[in-house]
Amino acid sequence: MPSTTYGKGLRGLSLATILTIGLALVLVFFYAPLDANQGFVQKIFYIHVPLAIVSLCGFVFGALMAVGYLRTGERKWDMRSYVAIHMALIFGIGGLITGSIWAKASWGHWWVWNEPTLVSFLIVLLLFATYQPLRFSIEDPERQSRYASVFSIVAGAFVPLNFIAVRLSTQYVHPRVLTLTGGNLPASMGLTFVISLIGITLLYTTLWKYEMTAKNARSQVRRLRRTLLGEDSVSPMRRSAAPS
Amino acid sequence: MRVAPGTTLAVLGRNGAGKSTLLRILATLLRPHEGDVLVFGEPLPRRAFNVRARLGLLAHEPLLYRELSGRENLEYHAGLHGVRRGRVQEVLEAVGMERRAGDPVRLLSRGMVQRLAVCRAVLHEPELLLLDEPRANLDPAASELVEPLIGRQSGATRVLTSHDPGSALAEADLVLALKDGRPAFIGPPEQLGESQLRDLYA
Amino acid sequence: MRTALILLRKDLRLELRTLETVPAMVLFAVVTFVIFHFGLNRDTIDGQLAAGVLTATLLFASMLAINRLFVAEREQGGFDAFLLAPVDRSAMLLAKAAALFLFMVALEVIAVPAFGLFLLGPSLGPPLPGLILVLVLADLGLAVIGTLVSAIAVHTRARDLIGPIIGLPLLIPALIATARAAGPLLRTVDPASAPPGKWVAILALYDLVFALLAYAVFDFLLED
Repeated sequence: MPSTTYGKGLRGLSLATILTIGLALVLVFFYAPLDANQGFVQKIFYIHVPLAIVSLCGFVFGALMAVGYLRTGERKWDMRSYVAIHMALIFGIGGLITGSIWAKASWGHWWVWNEPTLVSFLIVLLLFATYQPLRFSIEDPERQSRYASVFSIVAGAFVPLNFIAVRLSTQYVHPRVLTLTGGNLPASMGLTFVISLIGITLLYTTLWKYEMTAKNARSQVRRLRRTLLGEDSVSPMRRSAAPS
Repeated sequence: MRVAPGTTLAVLGRNGAGKSTLLRILATLLRPHEGDVLVFGEPLPRRAFNVRARLGLLAHEPLLYRELSGRENLEYHAGLHGVRRGRVQEVLEAVGMERRAGDPVRLLSRGMVQRLAVCRAVLHEPELLLLDEPRANLDPAASELVEPLIGRQSGATRVLTSHDPGSALAEADLVLALKDGRPAFIGPPEQLGESQLRDLYA
Repeated sequence: MRTALILLRKDLRLELRTLETVPAMVLFAVVTFVIFHFGLNRDTIDGQLAAGVLTATLLFASMLAINRLFVAEREQGGFDAFLLAPVDRSAMLLAKAAALFLFMVALEVIAVPAFGLFLLGPSLGPPLPGLILVLVLADLGLAVIGTLVSAIAVHTRARDLIGPIIGLPLLIPALIATARAAGPLLRTVDPASAPPGKWVAILALYDLVFALLAYAVFDFLLED
């Protein structure tokens, strides 16, 4: 039975990722200027914001893959959606932690409520953190995929609404914590930022592809074993949150 | 295999052989993973909507709300199926439940609940009856009462399962025997040998 | 539409017969007010604090109804019975959302006066019309999200747990908008005569977006 191979281009992608991140690190430490107010700590911005952006895009990407599953019923779409979302969750947690570190370093508190992006992120992550428990608690695999897809789509639509509501509700008594001087990025910072963003995006894509390949290979091996050696040679998979 | 209109197909097999699953697929409640299923010539699951009105399912569960009365349950189903007025009373009288129809279902004996379930299944006068162990919980008197509704005289095409092969074979025009989810025998009941029968339930 | 009415009638009849859900919600809400009195150590509250306490209490009470919304269908074969009928399946979404909406209204008819009695500083009379508008919009959003979440949760193993942990984050924007719209109405000093348009608009937008989305995806939850 032919199936999509996901390993194509993995090596090239990994190389590109390592190179870009390497370049970004060089730029961050040796090229980008020091921020007048916040000092060295401000450099966390170059990892925090890309992590947040990529995470959000990952959730939206996961929702789109879920639409694909509901329309076609093919398991590979669900697999893509699952990996996208759980990868985005990890990147999102990274974004939250780096945001917290930045807040502590520049404002003195580990958490601030008047930074709407950070708050919206917290809510989004609280929501998507339920994705895996939801999957895990549905035993029938087809239903699991279907319900997870419905959830992804609803949660995906939720993200922009949430950002709007939270932003409007935040008091602007204090200036926004996690912004840069003046709001306009000087060219050198801009370049560094863009490279960092590309690097994190590549990292996400590479990890996504890598996990897809691993899962795909595993299920192909199981299928082959079942065909060649009979039903009994393959132990039934434990109940899991991942599509098999 | 093909089941001609008006005939009866008996599905035999041990518990877990797949009889109820087959019935649920025919009832459009489950999707078949492989193969083609056509009911009244319409392929499932794509054309499931068109066939629902013409089939009736008598399942393991009575599909009745325990806190509502028999009559209220039937009126609910009548509303969903667009059944003509007076039909609810008709079926209640046919199975002898008209006096207890006002009691909540949770107060009724299992035999009575089964009779109500039969009412629910035939309420909309379906052409195809899918009967999962229809005689369960019914004493001989009750069995007689439901016979005109779900027996051969009803004129409907019937697919029935039973874990008691004797009675099922007596009624069947065609037999499908399942073992571990696969067909072990398809044919008229006379052709099913004793040893084959024993093997099914071994 | 007709089908939805049949379903709704059946659900209302069941609730009136068993009286399981609404009384429990009411009790829960009133006890929560008492808890807030002690937790905040205040005799009266007003303004944004009052709006927040009221909204949060109603939200948590709604979880009780949401948890139970599809249980009868799951346990007594109601899904099968419905799926066998030659009817449009989104009728179930409409009917269940309508039932949940009506349960919330029934809850609020008692809980809001109770709130006015026990906790609210300013009198309940003047802000009431504005409050009703806000709560109706909030209940609409809650009905849609609650039905969706309940339908997802009823087929999982951790049924009562999944509902709240998915539903509450999803309802946060609605909560924000509801509380912020009601806040100015409940001020002691210079209360607003009408809820701020910005928040009413957000609430309406939220309701609209999720109603459309729910309508689009609900069918996928019902297939077997």
